[in-house]
Amino acid sequence: MQAVLLKHVVQANAFVAHVVVAVMSVLGALACTLGLVACSGHVSAEPDRAGAESPADASRSSDSPRYPVEIHMPDVLRGIRTGTVDSLQRPLLAPCGSCHASGAYALRERNDPPVQGPHAGLSFRHGELRCGACHDARRAEALHLADGRTLPLVEAMTLCGQCHGTQMRDYRHGSHGGMSGYWDLSRGPRVRNHCIDCHDPHAPAYPRYQPAPPPPDPRRRPRG
Amino acid sequence: MTDRKKRRTLKILGATLGAGAFARAIAPLSALSETTSMEELLQQHYQELTPKDLQRVLRRLEAETKRDYGVDVTIEDVPPLEGVQFAYALNLSICIGCRKCAEACHEENNHDRGTGNSYIRVLEMDQGSMDMERGRTDYDHTVPAEGKFYMPVQCQQCENAPCVTVCPVEATWQEKDGIVVVDYNWCIGCRYCEAACPYHARRFNWNKPDVPAEEMNPNQAYLGNRVRPQGVVEKCTFCLHRTRKGRLPACLEACPTGARVFGNVLDPDSEIRWVLENKRVFVLKEELGTRPRFYYFFDE
Ligand code: HEC
Ligand code: HEC
Ligand code: HEC
Ligand code: HEC
Repeated sequence: MQAVLLKHVVQANAFVAHVVVAVMSVLGALACTLGLVACSGHVSAEPDRAGAESPADASRSSDSPRYPVEIHMPDVLRGIRTGTVDSLQRPLLAPCGSCHASGAYALRERNDPPVQGPHAGLSFRHGELRCGACHDARRAEALHLADGRTLPLVEAMTLCGQCHGTQMRDYRHGSHGGMSGYWDLSRGPRVRNHCIDCHDPHAPAYPRYQPAPPPPDPRRRPRG
Repeated sequence: MTDRKKRRTLKILGATLGAGAFARAIAPLSALSETTSMEELLQQHYQELTPKDLQRVLRRLEAETKRDYGVDVTIEDVPPLEGVQFAYALNLSICIGCRKCAEACHEENNHDRGTGNSYIRVLEMDQGSMDMERGRTDYDHTVPAEGKFYMPVQCQQCENAPCVTVCPVEATWQEKDGIVVVDYNWCIGCRYCEAACPYHARRFNWNKPDVPAEEMNPNQAYLGNRVRPQGVVEKCTFCLHRTRKGRLPACLEACPTGARVFGNVLDPDSEIRWVLENKRVFVLKEELGTRPRFYYFFDE
């Protein structure tokens, strides 16, 4: 069969489209970082600083330009929700330090009775962990690793990775946690979800869903 | 070549005898003009169109979509990328059967709203069973259900595709990035391919698709998600209108659980390569020798 290949003709068109898409994506990401749209900001650094390769590194080849792989940053990391919103309809958060400012606060030995005050209603189902397994005893706004190193709340992913190495490894290689944007980083950027976009750190079991309605199944159609 | 010659006669017969139209059978020419324009009828096979003719065809299809659906769409010819072979993998330990992928496919690919069609079926399977013929697609309870796992199935883009070999008119073929495509304007709607596919991945367009103007995805490709004519077979194209421009497929982006991994297997640093090399992947109905490029795996 004498197939006529047409790609050269339309490549010009396709190229323009690529550039437009890429520019739009970059603008989109920018809008996020500036807080213009409801996507609550991004960090582009891979949270695990322990030297393992990041998603960006994982698909880097030396020559062509590479768009970034960003990790979506959930709001709540910056404080607790106050139930009010600012003029841009973003939730107003009360920083941890506004109440836990003066250093030490007692970390409980056990999880019952459940925590009260502004945190009343925080449901906790995460193995047998205590609050102090993750929260630092001296500063509420800090987390800590097993070796005592403290981490800011926004680096929660490093904390998760410490106890869930398998999922963390899979996440780094794109087989846990999902993504959106471009498979080809020479054409556009990619956004990764944060562990806590899907798993509440206090009750991490993935939620159950009511499924979307089923599409028709061709096996059930009369044939012919 | 004879196959392609034969096709024109078959297409005319199809247009005449299709869709149970006795009235049309006695007035074949009016039937033709209703379902098929003369220009469409005389159109060459996609692979034989000159660049100029192809552009003319694309503009004609855009105008027809505007006329029939009231939307301005862009229909492009999006060729395979150099040095790219696509593969897809799905993590069955993660998938919860929510059907968000099937829904996203429905919207992205301009499927008929009336039938709720999608290129993806999600099978609810008993844990421990791997017989996809026994999976149920009509479940309607909160997921995941106890004792079940979920297996989305779409075109497996087989290397050795039975659907391609049975086509009497060469209206379907595999492109060099591995995607099996259909020239919807060349297809005669005989449905041999649908019967030949062991994964029930092909769909026959019974009706003229109904897509409201405001829901139409205007970014379309000739071999991809443009509105398919009535009476032809259609299938998943790994969203070639997106993926051949570097983007991820719609079903992957829609997956809320992160169960799907897509990419270029020729890139040794890609996520898909890592999965193929580090997870115990398998393919459906391997014994048939179809050699899918869609893989499944469980986390260990
Ligand atoms: C509005 C004031 C307020 C803010 C803001 C606040 N907390 Fe608290 N927090 C409290 C009070 C009061 C308690 C004690 C409740 C109890 O013991 O029942 C507490 C208890 C805790 C505990 C449990 C300590 C233990 O083991 O008993 C943790 C952990 C904690 N807070 C973390 C945080 C973090 C992290 C933030 C910011 C994201 C934060 N808090 C913001 C008032 C606040
Ligand atoms: C597995 C580690 C882990 C444990 C155990 C843990 N936390 Fe947290 N907690 C986090 C992380 C990570 C965040 C920040 C992410 C977020 O806010 O969703 C956080 C945020 C918070 C916040 C502020 C955000 C919110 O959800 O209101 C409060 C309050 C809090 N923790 C209280 C507690 C209390 C009380 C306990 C014990 C009952 C506890 N945490 C146990 C990891 C943990
Ligand atoms: C100090 C160790 C530790 C840290 C830190 C930790 N986890 Fe866990 N996680 C556990 C343990 C222990 C279990 C319970 C395992 C079991 O029940 O078999 C668990 C269970 C889970 C589960 C399964 C829950 C279920 O009900 O099926 C998920 C999901 C999870 N963790 C996510 C996270 C995330 C996300 C983070 C970071 C915010 C995190 N974990 C931080 C120790 C940890
Ligand atoms: C896109 C959503 C998503 C993101 C992001 C995500 N996970 Fe998960 N995770 C899941 C789903 C879905 C499951 C399977 C839940 C089930 O089987 O019900 C899961 C399972 C888990 C489990 C339980 C595994 C087991 O064997 O029970 C752990 C632990 C876990 N994830 C940790 C993490 C960590 C750590 C991160 C961040 C590096 C992360 N996840 C990011 C969706 C996600």
